Amino acid sequence: MSSFLPPSERIWWKTPIGKEEVLWIGIALVWCLIMFFMMPYWHIYGKQNLSNEAYQTTPQRFQARVDEMVKQYKIGEQSGIPIVKPPAGSDVYMLGRLWQWYPILELEKNQSYRLHLSSMDWNHGFSLQPVNINLQIIPGYEMVITVTPDQAGEFTVVCNEYCGIGHHLMLGKIYVKEN
Amino acid sequence: MAQFRVCPDSGFYFDKSAESLMKANAVAGAVSLLIAGVLGLGVILTRWQEVHLLPADLFYQVLTGHGINALIFWIIFFEMAILYFASSTLLRTRLAAPRWAWLGFALMIIGMVMNNIAVLQGNSSVMMTSYAPMQAAPHFYLGLILFAVGALIGCFVFLGTLVIARDDRTYEGSIPLVTFGALTACIIAIFTIASGAIILVPTFLWSVGYIGHIDAAMYRVIWWGMGHSSQQINVAAHVSVWYLIAGVLFGARPMSEKVSRFAFLLYILFLQLASAHHILVDPGISSEWKVFNTSYAMYLAVLASMIHGLTVPGSVEVAQRAKGYTKGMFEWLRKAPWGNPVFSGFFLSLIIFGFIGGITGVVMGTEQINLIIHNTIYVPAHFHATVAVGTTLTFMALTYLLIPVLFRRALFLPWMARWQPYVFSAGMTLMILFMLGAGTLGVSRRHWDMDFTGAILSFEYPGTAYTLMAVAGIGGVLGVLGGAMYLIVTVGSLLFGKKLDESAGLFQGFGAPLAASSYNVDQPERLLMAPKLAVEQHGSGGMEAPGTFVLALALLVCFVVYYFINWDYLASVWPLS
Repeated sequence: MSSFLPPSERIWWKTPIGKEEVLWIGIALVWCLIMFFMMPYWHIYGKQNLSNEAYQTTPQRFQARVDEMVKQYKIGEQSGIPIVKPPAGSDVYMLGRLWQWYPILELEKNQSYRLHLSSMDWNHGFSLQPVNINLQIIPGYEMVITVTPDQAGEFTVVCNEYCGIGHHLMLGKIYVKEN
Repeated sequence: MAQFRVCPDSGFYFDKSAESLMKANAVAGAVSLLIAGVLGLGVILTRWQEVHLLPADLFYQVLTGHGINALIFWIIFFEMAILYFASSTLLRTRLAAPRWAWLGFALMIIGMVMNNIAVLQGNSSVMMTSYAPMQAAPHFYLGLILFAVGALIGCFVFLGTLVIARDDRTYEGSIPLVTFGALTACIIAIFTIASGAIILVPTFLWSVGYIGHIDAAMYRVIWWGMGHSSQQINVAAHVSVWYLIAGVLFGARPMSEKVSRFAFLLYILFLQLASAHHILVDPGISSEWKVFNTSYAMYLAVLASMIHGLTVPGSVEVAQRAKGYTKGMFEWLRKAPWGNPVFSGFFLSLIIFGFIGGITGVVMGTEQINLIIHNTIYVPAHFHATVAVGTTLTFMALTYLLIPVLFRRALFLPWMARWQPYVFSAGMTLMILFMLGAGTLGVSRRHWDMDFTGAILSFEYPGTAYTLMAVAGIGGVLGVLGGAMYLIVTVGSLLFGKKLDESAGLFQGFGAPLAASSYNVDQPERLLMAPKLAVEQHGSGGMEAPGTFVLALALLVCFVVYYFINWDYLASVWPLS
């Protein structure tokens, strides 16, 4: 009953510890260290890591970069949204705004692209489905990741950060074509 | 002159003003839980796509209110009651500055009402997180600030009470483990409220126009210093309550004071770093920062939880074995009072918190694995396992203990109380497991429409996701039913429960029952150290709690397997660098 009474030994920190506790603390500590070192391990040997590359930006500046890419590489339109096919290996841009991901990208399978992401207004969530890659997109910050699509097909960007009443209407597309 | 009442069943002393404060805070908590539960029903019935109950604007509004009432108001009101109990009652001392404590309570009530009004008015459907630059009405933030200031006053009253008890020498030796755990919760609470002030005060000023710009990334980093830490108060508080319940029901003593207190110390030092869990896929934050913080330095707070996971049930096992339940590994557990909601609530919350809440939390808090989980419905599934089952069910179990002890009432509809922990935890577990599954399929959290009706582009989740969300819906409804049963029993007991004037013979397991409950004690007897054990069992070579050790190993196996399954899943998505 001493869990709510003062300890039975005045010098409680000198009492010996039971066998299962010592054993369990040892096992748990080893597991904790394994989990800790898995993260740096994955940075070195794993293929899914976020880069630390990011820039402060403004909506105007980012919008201008997006517009330039759209002007240069536009190949069509879907529901009024331009479809853009930038060259493999290049810098590609996508912006989130109320309530749209813009523009639609067409990429080639197994090619790497430097994907720049930012928001024009509020926080948005870049959730690539059905691959299930999820990123936080924050206004004023430009995130750069190198992405290598290894499947062909139609992929959807769902917004998964609440961004107001039209949040559930906010979709984008990435098409990946076999080369 | 301080006046004390001594509970004839438990032998606990209640300082008159502390007692009223505990009651007031517990009742205010229950009211918040009622609001949270009703709104939660709206949320889950909307996410169940075939039902899709609420329109979009109402859904986002209801979701905002559900989150704040459940995650902030309910638990912090209840935790204030626990702080007063763990200081004044457990140390047999008068409460420091009761008028300040009432002021704090009043501020918390005003803040809670103000914030709820802001949400109700409809211009503050910004979710609990209220990420700037999305803006809520000024009184949305002001309500939270007032609530936090009130809670901060409560924390200082708690600390003051510890000082008074020490000065008055109301106890021998060191403070009890439960009070130590409550002190841990209090320290974490002060950190939490400080972070809240740093971000909410400027945000409030921004909402009324005195500040021009709030940086969106900075907001997230500091806001989570409050948002996640407030849930760490819960962990420290409900682990303390687990020790308390084990002590009251079984006469359990900590297996080792040193180990349990060391684990609480690890919480104080490292638990707060977990705010990083929310910003693992944010731009502008380095991997080194993420790895160090998301792992609480080197998972040292996880180590602490794993320690409590062994020592809490272990202390019950040792106590049960001493009573003669020594057959096999698990007789001590089989013969536990499963019909007593104080026990069943405590033990179910322990198991579900550890096996589901703990494991999913660590997995999704792994820097790279977060890529496949961030902002999916996996996240609310996780924190319903930790907060709704871990903390909330623990507080429900404690309520069943406090109704006779604090309120001196017999339980209303005891059969309903007996079933309540099972209904609540079964419903919530069903909801949690199926939401975890849906999250793995990429279903978004905080999202009104899985069908994306009316969107310019279109997208369909796999059919399985709909099935998973429907089963989650059924589980959620069952969970709300369990919550309603809790409130019926609680409110019913306070209104209609038989008044207990004399000892009802409830807790004779520890301490002889006294004749009558009275206020005529001026100064309680000094609290003595726990009696020494006749035989020192520790370090004797054999295990005292082999059954618990087997349970702990089972947890570890689930943990390891599930952890690597998720790495495997991560390895299958598009390469990123």
